Amino acid sequence: MADKGMTPIVKTITGWVKGFIMLFGIYIVLYGHLTPGGGFAGGVILAMVFVLLTLAYGREEALRRFRIGVASELDSIGALMFLVIAILGIAGTLGGKFFTNYIAKANPGTPFELFSAGIIPLCNIAIALKVASSLFLVFILLVLMRVIHDPREKA
Amino acid sequence: MLEFIGLLLLFMVIAAIVAIETRDLLAAVISVTAVGFGVIIAFFYMRAPDVAIVPIVVEVLILVILIRATLRVGLRTFIGNRDFFGMMVTMAMLAVIFLAGIRVFNDFPRFGVPVMARIVDAPSRFYIANGLKETGAANIVTAVLLDYRAYDTLGEATVLFTAIMGAIAVIRKKARKKTTEPEVSEWEE
Repeated sequence: MADKGMTPIVKTITGWVKGFIMLFGIYIVLYGHLTPGGGFAGGVILAMVFVLLTLAYGREEALRRFRIGVASELDSIGALMFLVIAILGIAGTLGGKFFTNYIAKANPGTPFELFSAGIIPLCNIAIALKVASSLFLVFILLVLMRVIHDPREKA
Repeated sequence: MLEFIGLLLLFMVIAAIVAIETRDLLAAVISVTAVGFGVIIAFFYMRAPDVAIVPIVVEVLILVILIRATLRVGLRTFIGNRDFFGMMVTMAMLAVIFLAGIRVFNDFPRFGVPVMARIVDAPSRFYIANGLKETGAANIVTAVLLDYRAYDTLGEATVLFTAIMGAIAVIRKKARKKTTEPEVSEWEE
């Protein structure tokens, strides 16, 4: 019953607000080095969009938009991106230390502008990718696990 | 200010006791979330929006997951007598920790006096003085998280990654090697 979604009221309002929630999540991620927020908070908000879709439309609709394989790959890509950004700092010309902020050293932007702070916005994006796909995976795994092992659904 | 924090603490303690003692799983889940939102209000009251944003979104997500996990499964709570000996041991341990804690609390600095106000060469003084110049990030919390203390963030991300990997490996329905009767995978849809 709940897997097929909720009432048309919930579905319509979900359709209206899902874009705005996603936009808010992207804003929290991109402006993490200027305003409160950052990769983790923004990533959770992005994951909540798909949790909302799962609750309102049912899991088939949410999985059609954000497949488990894609989520798993985005999770790995976020982790790899974070590591690559960190390891690039080891290169001698860039600073020679793990997690050196080499972009801010070579080209210090104007503070309080979007393109400033060097590697910090890039790290925020990587963490947001990781957190969003991870938390969506947790939610969908719990939902699917319950469906598979629930004896009432088999009957 | 301290009175408000005290009232908030009292509310959180009551909510935690309700969460433990209630027989209704939904009420327990909501009480646990009430404790979390008490913490969030305390963070906002102490002007730490950066710390407060993450618990808000995580609390809401956890509330949704827990309600969805508890309501449909129909778990039952156990009703029975508690083990007398175990409870006495627990009470004795709590009393010892409480008595030792009183001494520690007496040595704490006063509320609202951070480390950097007492120690001249505290790291936080250095971060506040040089953070904007060295990293270019206007938000000092992000500057500390992703520049000065980026190792911590990397560890945090690793914990999350490992947890998801383990969850997928344990909950996956289909085995990686084909057994005698191949099952239809539920994940790849």
